[in-house]
Amino acid sequence: MESVMVTKVEKDEITGQSTTGHEWDGIKELNTPLPKWWVYTFYACIAFAILWFVLYPAWPGVDGYTKGILGYSQREAVMERVAEGHAAQAEYRTGIAAADLAEIRADPALLNFALAGGVAAFGDNCATCHGGGGAGNVGYPTLADDSWLWGGALEDIHATINYGIRSGHDEERYSEMPRFGADELLEPAQIDDVAEYVLSLTGQETDKAAAERGQEVFMDNCAACHGESGGGDRTQGAPALNDQIWLYGGDKETVTDVIRNARRGVMPAWEGRLSPETVKMLTIYVHALGGGE
Amino acid sequence: MKWHAIFEKNVIVLLVGILVTIAIGGIVEIVPLYTIESTVERVKGVRPYSPLELAGRNIYIREGCYVCHSQMIRALRDEVERYGPYSLAAESMYDHPFQWGSKRTGPDLARVGGKYSNEWHALHMADPRSVVPESIMPGYSFLAEWDLGYEDIAAHLETNRTVGVPYSDEMIENAAADLAAQADPDADTEGLLARYPNAAISDFDGDTGRLTELDALIAYLQILGRMVDFTDVTAEDLKQ
Amino acid sequence: MTTAAMTADHAAARGAVDYDEGVVRLFTIATVFWGVVGFLVGVVIALQLAFPVLNLDLPWTSFGRLRPVHTSAVIFAFGGNALLGTSLYVVQRTCKASLFGGPGLARFLFWGYQVFIVLAASGYVLGITQSKEYAEPEWYVDLWLTLVWVVYLIVFMGTIMRRREPHIYVANWFYLAFIVTVALLHIVNNLAVPVSFGGAKSYILWSGVQDALTQWWYAHNAVGFFLTAGFLGMMYYFVPKQAERPIYSYRLSVVHFWSLIFLYIWAGPHHLHYTALPEWAQILGMTFSIMLWMPSWGGMINGLMTLSGAWHKLRTDPILRMLVAALGFYGMSTFEGPVMSIRAVNSLSHYTDWTIGHVHSGALGWVAMVSFGAVYYLVPRLWHRERLYSVRFVSYHFWISTVGIVLYITSMWVSGILQGLMWRAYDELGFLQYSFVETVEAMHPFYVIRAGGGLLFFLGSLLMVYNLWRTARGDLRDEKPYVAPVGAAQPAE
Ligand code: HEC
Ligand code: HEC
Ligand code: HEC
Ligand code: HEM
Ligand code: HEM
Ligand SMILES: [Ca+2]
Ligand SMILES: [Ca+2]
Ligand SMILES: [Cu+2]
Repeated sequence: MESVMVTKVEKDEITGQSTTGHEWDGIKELNTPLPKWWVYTFYACIAFAILWFVLYPAWPGVDGYTKGILGYSQREAVMERVAEGHAAQAEYRTGIAAADLAEIRADPALLNFALAGGVAAFGDNCATCHGGGGAGNVGYPTLADDSWLWGGALEDIHATINYGIRSGHDEERYSEMPRFGADELLEPAQIDDVAEYVLSLTGQETDKAAAERGQEVFMDNCAACHGESGGGDRTQGAPALNDQIWLYGGDKETVTDVIRNARRGVMPAWEGRLSPETVKMLTIYVHALGGGE
Repeated sequence: MKWHAIFEKNVIVLLVGILVTIAIGGIVEIVPLYTIESTVERVKGVRPYSPLELAGRNIYIREGCYVCHSQMIRALRDEVERYGPYSLAAESMYDHPFQWGSKRTGPDLARVGGKYSNEWHALHMADPRSVVPESIMPGYSFLAEWDLGYEDIAAHLETNRTVGVPYSDEMIENAAADLAAQADPDADTEGLLARYPNAAISDFDGDTGRLTELDALIAYLQILGRMVDFTDVTAEDLKQ
Repeated sequence: MTTAAMTADHAAARGAVDYDEGVVRLFTIATVFWGVVGFLVGVVIALQLAFPVLNLDLPWTSFGRLRPVHTSAVIFAFGGNALLGTSLYVVQRTCKASLFGGPGLARFLFWGYQVFIVLAASGYVLGITQSKEYAEPEWYVDLWLTLVWVVYLIVFMGTIMRRREPHIYVANWFYLAFIVTVALLHIVNNLAVPVSFGGAKSYILWSGVQDALTQWWYAHNAVGFFLTAGFLGMMYYFVPKQAERPIYSYRLSVVHFWSLIFLYIWAGPHHLHYTALPEWAQILGMTFSIMLWMPSWGGMINGLMTLSGAWHKLRTDPILRMLVAALGFYGMSTFEGPVMSIRAVNSLSHYTDWTIGHVHSGALGWVAMVSFGAVYYLVPRLWHRERLYSVRFVSYHFWISTVGIVLYITSMWVSGILQGLMWRAYDELGFLQYSFVETVEAMHPFYVIRAGGGLLFFLGSLLMVYNLWRTARGDLRDEKPYVAPVGAAQPAE
């Protein structure tokens, strides 16, 4: 690597600093000393780092690491934070745990607390299916009205939330509407007739003759669950068919499809995922949405 | 700074200097993660993904779900209260690659398994705003239309074994059959469940008789966070 | 005149060295082209987050697949071409030597790199990805890039070995550190076993927590060596050239170079605070990030202080203004970074748009601005024009993109901090106050503002394309030249 140019140190007129004497494509370098504030700030950062190495877990070895004199552990710390949060709520939380649902409702302080806890848990866990405020969605029942599939009393709601519906939980709420079409339990014509009949229950315009034929089919196949007058049966989670409230929809097409294929909606069980107190608070909240019995 | 001239005059010296300087940090930080035993917690239940879950995981990766969803519940109070127990290193020990994510445009999915029904997932994947009006998640309606290709699923299990996932010979032999069985509620799933305890078995996409990509993806979502039984874990087990 | 003849002509005029400018021209075109593509995709994905219908329900256009197209297009295609192009230009000039391996190897490097980009991007759109952020390409693309990168190292180091200057200039230290470190990172982070040699899919060798740290060791240092060290190399040439002033401090160069590359490597765990990564590693990540603050600022100081005695030029030279603004943003994001590395701060910022704001103050403000400055410097010289078609257009570009950046990063700071606070907000009874979707809803206005800022930034880049296109054609815009303010020191003409 031969040197083609003799380089020499010069003084830069503007700054008064001398150059290093090298030049590359016209670029020179000054030999300015390191800015003092820069050096000291750098040292301060290093000092901070060293302090942290002493205080906290930091340096690994082959099978272990320095633990730091504070004995800090993020996993212990978070459990402490959660416990602190619960401790701050202790007055109510223990009350919720000890009281039964009716007692909670009767105690204004506990009720207030349970409603707040219920809203919080509902937003992240339930609203995705049941809509904000329990407004419901196709296939996901409205929780804010008086129409209940499995019952609107506190204990009913609690069981539904805790164990779910067709959830696979040991104590799930279970029933299966037969798939009358898919499993060929009824003829297509019969299905059409009974669908007309179902529509007639809510006063919709129907083919009268078909509905009449359908009535018989209904009594033989459906009334066991949905009741003779179509009022539904909460022990089986069979919806009322004579009100204007539909889980899936009250048009002919949807009704026919439900009869053919049955939907067998699933509601997950929350026992285990949510704490017993949270499930209680959710129960109180859902019950208070408007339809509680 | 005369000493520095050696680096400025010889590019090989400069190169070696750089290499040595940059090698140290990585070695000191990464190697101990393999040697310090407590790094991966001593909890029971974590198993390799079933073939259908693995296929679903590959779809999750393919569609880039990780750009919006984390799978890592941090050890912070609000996260633990929102999503459940903080994530363990053990829970992703068979994840090649990991899916912890770095941005939460959507919620954390580390414990989404069991939180929703398969029907809900099918609706939500096809059209998120039909169930969650405020959602900004893209719709993935095509997943329900695309048949799952899985002829080479055994090769996938085998490759995983090569990189360290304990798939047994039996698992590899039964890979394709296990995959199909998991999406068929009428199949004999005794062997499948023995090999992959806790696997959800269902016609996930509701499209009976067809095995679609949506079946696989939902099967994957439904196992997330469900392998470790936290009622059965002591604080001591979780010390890293 | 043909380009070849032009090159020969100028080489003759300059003396003995036959600089390969042709390949630099190619890289410059590619830089601008991919820049525009990357910004456009950025605008598209920004709009998708504001208006999700724009995902179109198609696999190829959904956010999850397009986001990596954006990140790779801006970092590896735009930034990468800028780095390769400028490094080959700078290394030749500062070593007074033509490229090692000759034009043939350099052309292989250029086309090889473009093939890498196209393979990577087409893979993402088709759903071929390893899901490792900033390393998404599958094994076959990774292998190809490895080959191309080795050629790059050979060309670059070979040229330095041929130099006719006694010392290696500081810009080349940074470029070299960038090249070798990226090679090491790339290889380790991408070690994978393909399912079959006929298929795209592979499984990464590492898993879980080890994979997480390897990934962030890689990705943090992709920031440190690709987006920082490489662009500092660029800065160390173009700032003194454009300011026509000597580098402020050689001693600072030495100290900040070695401390920067030593410390950067350790900082990766700051991407994994409070996760299942053991906390000893998190503490190392945090403390080394803090120690990294001053070494990072060393580059900013060296760049900014190079202007001492030339500050007045900022008024008349929009190119210099871009370079200086870039240094300002660099200083800002390398201050913000250490702050975000503090565990308590990160517990709020992580997973939120704050990170996105930080990324783009670095990416738009530093990486893109310094590249624009370099490209504006290069194009008239590479196409042998007297000056740019329009200097005023550069100034307009500067202002449009600055407004765009400010809209982008301020909206993301607000949305990020808001989101972080909402996630952890408790009501007076001690329950989480907001559900997740409420936080999603709250982001909407900021996503719209961000898209607006991005759109401005994109439009500014179109103005640049027009300006450069006319410059290359040899046109000169009839415009009022900038006049130096009275009283400023300026050489007599
Ligand atoms: C995966 C979707 C889903 C989620 C999440 C969900 N549910 Fe449900 N829920 C359902 C479905 C579906 C039904 C109706 C099932 C049926 O058809 O019988 C239901 C029914 C109910 C019922 C019974 C309504 C009645 O009329 O008897 C209550 C009460 C209820 N859910 C409360 C909740 C609460 C509280 C939560 C949150 C902790 C919740 N649900 C979460 C899907 C869901
Ligand atoms: C074994 C009990 C059972 C029998 C028998 C039964 N159903 Fe049902 N039905 C249900 C249950 C439970 C539901 C709730 C929907 C679900 O989740 O499957 C339901 C839902 C419905 C719905 C949807 C209501 C809505 O609000 O959208 C209609 C319509 C209906 N049944 C009609 C019929 C008709 C017609 C028959 C007879 C041909 C019938 N069902 C027989 C149990 C039964
Ligand atoms: C643009 C960002 C984005 C992408 C990409 C995305 N999601 Fe989402 N995701 C969201 C948002 C926002 C929510 C919250 C609103 C909702 O429930 O839709 C969500 C919610 C979810 C939920 C419900 C989680 C819960 O606990 O409520 C699941 C499951 C889910 N996404 C799965 C996926 C899968 C699988 C993919 C890829 C195929 C994906 N997401 C891609 C943004 C995204
Ligand atoms: C027109 C200009 C740009 C726009 C509109 C834009 C927009 C976006 C958007 C919307 C995201 C996704 C954010 C999220 O997931 O929430 C993103 C991510 C990203 N962009 Fe840009 N971008 C632009 C320019 C750039 C440039 C020039 C660079 C780099 C040089 C860059 C680098 C990145 C990176 C690294 C990420 C990923 C960040 C992370 O994962 O934390 N962007 N961009
Ligand atoms: C001293 C310098 C810097 C430090 C200490 C630093 C630190 C950080 C931290 C703490 C994060 C957030 C990690 C998380 O919570 O997920 C981050 C993210 C990021 N930073 Fe920096 N930063 C620095 C400089 C820069 C610069 C100059 C850029 C240039 C463009 C940059 C680009 C990024 C990117 C792209 C990410 C997002 C990574 C991802 O999540 O995908 N950083 N940085
Ligand atoms: Ca199916
Ligand atoms: Ca890769
Ligand atoms: Cu980083």
